[in-house]
Parts: sequence; structure tokens; C-alpha cells
Amino acid sequence: MASIFPDKIGTDVIERHTMAVIVDNEPGVLARVVGLFSGRGYNIESLTVTTISEDEQQSRISLVTSGTPMIIEQIKAQLHRLVPVSIVHDLTEEGPYIEREISLIKVAATGEERRESLRIADIFRANVADTTTESFVFEVTGSKEKIDSFTHLMRALGKVEVARSGAVAIARGSEVL
Amino acid sequence: MASEKMTGAEIVIKSLVDLGVEVVFGYPGGAVLPIYDALFQQNRIRHILVRQEGGAVHAAEGYARSTGKVGVVLVTSGPGATNAVTGLTDALMDSIPILCLTGQVPTHLIGNDAFQECDTTGITRPCTKHNYLVKDADKLGDVMHEAYYVASTGRPGPVVIDLPKDIQFAEGTYEMPEKVEHRTYRPQIKGAPQALEQATALLAGAKKPIIYAGGGVINSGPRASELLTKFVHTTGYPCTLTLMGLGAFPSKDKQFLGMLGMHGTYEANMAMHGCDVMICVGARFDDRVTGRLDAFAPDAKIIHIDIDPSSINKNVTVDIPIIGDVASVLEDMLAIWQAKNYKADGKALDTWWDMINGWRSIKSLGYEHSDKIIKPQYAIERLYQASQKLDRETFITTEVGQHQMWAAQHFHFEKPNHWMTSGGLGTMGYGLPAAVGVQLAHPDALVVDIAGEASTMMNIQELATAIQYRLPIKVFILNNEYMGMVRQWQELLHGGRYSETYSEALPDFVKLAEAFGGVGLRAENPGQLDNVIDEMINTPRPIIADICVDQTENVFPMIPSGAAHNDMLLNTADKNANPVSAAGKVLV
Repeated sequence: MASIFPDKIGTDVIERHTMAVIVDNEPGVLARVVGLFSGRGYNIESLTVTTISEDEQQSRISLVTSGTPMIIEQIKAQLHRLVPVSIVHDLTEEGPYIEREISLIKVAATGEERRESLRIADIFRANVADTTTESFVFEVTGSKEKIDSFTHLMRALGKVEVARSGAVAIARGSEVL
Repeated sequence: MASEKMTGAEIVIKSLVDLGVEVVFGYPGGAVLPIYDALFQQNRIRHILVRQEGGAVHAAEGYARSTGKVGVVLVTSGPGATNAVTGLTDALMDSIPILCLTGQVPTHLIGNDAFQECDTTGITRPCTKHNYLVKDADKLGDVMHEAYYVASTGRPGPVVIDLPKDIQFAEGTYEMPEKVEHRTYRPQIKGAPQALEQATALLAGAKKPIIYAGGGVINSGPRASELLTKFVHTTGYPCTLTLMGLGAFPSKDKQFLGMLGMHGTYEANMAMHGCDVMICVGARFDDRVTGRLDAFAPDAKIIHIDIDPSSINKNVTVDIPIIGDVASVLEDMLAIWQAKNYKADGKALDTWWDMINGWRSIKSLGYEHSDKIIKPQYAIERLYQASQKLDRETFITTEVGQHQMWAAQHFHFEKPNHWMTSGGLGTMGYGLPAAVGVQLAHPDALVVDIAGEASTMMNIQELATAIQYRLPIKVFILNNEYMGMVRQWQELLHGGRYSETYSEALPDFVKLAEAFGGVGLRAENPGQLDNVIDEMINTPRPIIADICVDQTENVFPMIPSGAAHNDMLLNTADKNANPVSAAGKVLV
């Protein structure tokens, strides 16, 4: 009989989860979500939000958080408890998904460093979004790790300014929310 | 239904009437003048003028808790709203349905630091179930109905509607909605069939079962209490209740083990610790209930019924979660129990009851009697016995502290909705205004606020409200001249250094009652007690009864913080033998 029960989720392993939270697009809804995380002491690694429906009635919050399985379950339940939250998708748990982040990285450098930055940008398939004779702004899209390592390489070549979007994610396959 | 044009203020009143609201607890101010003007020009809704906005919310909580209806509050902007915050938080923690209307500065002044402006929706966001800022009079009616729906359904809670003054003046269209639904908010009522089957089978096979029920049973309505009682009787299993659940199962029933938790009975806590199957019915494994988590019910398979999914696996991981309304779930489980012809394991159950009766025989609520000094427990026992002789109903509210625990231990409840206490937030000053709300809903009942002298001082101004509306509430103060529970913890944890817990410069409560226009009574020794109680009960006026009790009495039994259920202190001697651990000291 015991076998039909779900495993107790009392492990202490910290897991990183990417979630998509569909909310009613009303004033204060982001404050509710952010307040929930700070008020209950949960982590936010990244969070982005924008309206997604044609009628602008709904927004999608993409967020990356971490915690023990018990905390992750609580985060989802607490999010769902917010009145304007309609769906909480735990993409990490629900199956394969694509996660991307866009970044704009300005590198101020001249001479050989400037040329090297362009060569590395090519390797990373970064686009040049803006240039002066003393700088580039690269547009890099990809995983967090890809942008981290690109930024790391650029820092060796000159002064660097970074703007990153945080992760957006969507499930693989034909199913549409 | 045809739509009508009216002002925002009139829409507020019309919505309340259409929602069946009869009473509003409030306090006027600049930003709600149009609503007060609309109130003045009608006679469907009764307004109760409190003396401070915090009192309005507690009164509405008492009204709501004792009737099962939504308590409605009306306060002004700025300080009106901030004074309401404690009550809103209290209602959120104890899942009490409250609709709180706050005035706001006109929309064009929002954000300008206008007079009596505060960010009400920002401040109340974490202490409400939901809140609204209305910026369009045409949407006001829908918001009123939706807010009421959100407050009263699912896990009930407080909802704030912030109403800018220009919206109250503006003309809008009102139409009573035929059906209120929310786009995204859909509480789940029915339990999942598979979980119900599994849970009932698990329970039927239990050898040492326990039913642990809480405030969710009361929130679900009187039928949930009837079903719980039927469930307990059908199974033959022992039942314990949380502080918030008292009255959900009749205390006189022989299957009742009393309250569990920090100051619960020995038998309830030992049964929780030793059980093999636990079913939690509308409770939330609060730290006051569980004690040390890693030693909580070590051998138990746990079933948890809750309408709020976020209560599941929050503090204690459970084996079978059932999300749904308590009444619906209990009804389905009873049907399964009968359909499958389940029978409790009689032999195992007899052995279990023998163990429980062994724990019972310790009589953990016992205390040393005295004929010289009034023991606080004795005062409550005598009050209880006097109330049993009445042919009218008795409702008890409490403040927070030692008296609250003694009331929970020594006053007994047979029905739900008769016990109003601040459980989650532990708000001193709750009981007096709550009694005002209860008495208003039950004008002929005996309504007693079992109080401490320190808590009474926190919302004493509401005695004037009781006087104004001729509400014959009784403030039954167990006066030990100490913030008793804090003093008890100082005795236990801080070497008896009673830092700031002596109630210096107390008023003469008899004269205080008289100054307000009520009646003051005092009992200084056990011989005077019964007369004071009789006079209090039989005098149909607001009364403060100042009961001078033993100053050194502590609440036992007690699970000290950081200890397990089977590690209870039964009396002062135990306390000295088992000092609280360093880890326990850190806990609240």
C-alpha cells in the first residue's frame, strides 16, 4: 500500500527552477509577485515580465528561482494563491524547454583589444548593434552560461557595461498555453 | 437587471445592500465623507461607530466569526487605513472574511503626498487576501461584488477596496451582477477522487489513528462540524482540536481529547506523537501545534485536508494531500467509508484508547486549588459553570496571553462559532472589540471577553462603543498585574528577570468602567467570585469584572519551544528539571 504514496519531499538539495507565471495584466500584480518572494524569503535569480495576449489582458512573468523541493512546491502554491495569477508553469519540472536570455554588452577598447573583441563576438554569434571607433555594443542571445562566458572574455579586453534581460523560457513541442 | 446611474458613494451602499450586508463597522474622515453622506440618507445598513479603526476590524472579525458572514469595515484614508492594518493581518492569519473599504485622496492627488494620503494598496498588499484601487466609478459595482466573493470563498480572508474621493462623487453605472466569477481565482471545493479513496483506505487500516481538526472546519460552515462529528463517531477514532478549531467538535464527547499544541492536553499531544495515521482536517501545522518539527509524529502517515494548496507541505510533509472544502471532503470520505463497508480495527483501537486513557488519567489541566487566592483557572471554570445554567447562548472572545490559554483549556464549547480568539497573529486588544461585534450579531446572548489587564488596555476605548449601542458585553479580566505570558517565558528562559512585564500604574478597572458609563465589579478572593460572576451575567449592561488572580500562576501543561510533543512540562517542578534548550530559546 505504501508504494502508491508520493515520495516525501524532504530533501535538502537546492534546485534551480525556471517558471512561467501567467497573470492578469492589472496594476500592482508584479508588486504582488515580488513582494511574495521578499516577504517569504524566497530567491529570485531573474525575473522578466511583459504583456503577451493580443488584448493585453494577460502578462507572462518568466522567473528563475532556487530552493529545496519543499520550497519550490511552496513557491508555486503561494504564487497560485495570488488572486490575479492564472497559471504557474514549472518548466523545469514539466519537461524539455528552451531558455534564452538577451544581453547588450558594451566594450570600450581600441587597437588589438578592439579587433579581438570582434573576433570573439563572431565565435559567440553576437551581433554588432552599435559601434564607434572606440567601442562596440554586442547583442548576444543564448543561455545564461553563454552570456556569462562572453562577458567574462570581454572584461579582459576593455571597459565593459552589461545589460541583460534575464531568462525567458517556453516549453518545447507543439502544445500551446 | 436594469442598470442604474448613481454616484460612487451610492454604488458602495447599493452594492452592500445587494450583498445582504446589514452592519458596517467604521470611523468617518475626510476621504470617506461622500460615503458617510450616502449612509446618512438610507436606513438599510446600520453603521457602528467605533473609537479607533483597529477596533472596527476586530469588531468585524467577531461579527464574522460568530455568524459566518462577511464583516464589513469602512475607514478613511491615511491613518484610518494604517490603523486597520493590524486587524487586517489578524484576519489574514486566522482566515476571517473581511471587506474593508478605505477612503483615498482623489485620483489626481495620488502620489503627491496629499493630506492623509498613504499607499493603502501597497501597505495592505501583504496583509490581505487581495486588494483593489478603484479608478473608474463604472467598475466600482463589479469590484464590490468581486471583492466580497474573494473575501468569502475559498480560504476566507480580508479584502481591501481603496476608494479615491473623486470616484465616490463621480457618477457611474451600477448593475447587480447575476453571477460573480473571477477570471483566474477558482477555489477547489471537491477533493480529488483518488486521494479520497486512498485516504479513507489508509484511515480504515489505522491502528493508532488521530483526527486533528482546526479553524477550517469552522470556516467551512456548521455542516462541516456536523460532518466532522459524524466522521469521528463513525470511525470511533480520537479527535483533537486546534485553538482555532474549538467548538468544531463537541467538548463533552468522550472521543474528544481536548486542545493540542503548546498548551494543549497531555493526552492530545501524546496521541499526536504516537499515532500511526493522522488526518489533519482544516488546520495548518502551525508551530504552536507541531512543536519540534523533526520529532513531530515520527511514525505517522499523514493525510491533510485543506482548501488552500499552499498549506500543504508547508511545515510538515504529508503523504496524502486533499485539496478541497472540509465539508465536501468529509462527506465524500464518509460515503466511501460506508460504501466500502470499512470497519476500524477494533482490537488495535481498544489498545490505542487504553493508552490514551492512561495519558488522560494524568489530568494535565489540573491545578492547585486555593481558598485564599483566586486561581485564574478556577475563575474560568466558575464562569463556565455559571454559563451552563443559562437558557441563552454564550459566546467567548479573548485577548492574547495566559488568560487566552486558560480560557481555551477550561471553557468548553459544544458548537462552532462561539469562540473568537486571535490565534495566528496573537493580537492583544482583539477581544474587547471582537465582543462588540459578536454582541451586535447576537443581542440576547451572553458575550464575555475573557481578558488580561494588559490586553484590555490596548483597545479599552471600544468600551465606549459598547456603551453607545447598549451592547451588554462583559470584560472578564483575570488581573494578575503582569503581562503574564511574557512573564512566564521570562521565568522559563531568562532567569526570572521580569523585564518590563509588570503592569505598573494600572487604572482602577471598577472606576474605569463607571467612567465609561458601564458597571464595574471586583472579586478579590474566591468567596466573592461566584457573586461577581452572577451579578455580571444578570446585569444587562456593559461590565468590567476585575478578577484579582494569583500573580504567579503559569500555564501548564506546556511544550516548551523547541521541544517535541512527548516532551511536555506538566507543572513547575517539571520546568525546573527540564530547562529549555539553546535552540528552543531562539524560537518564538
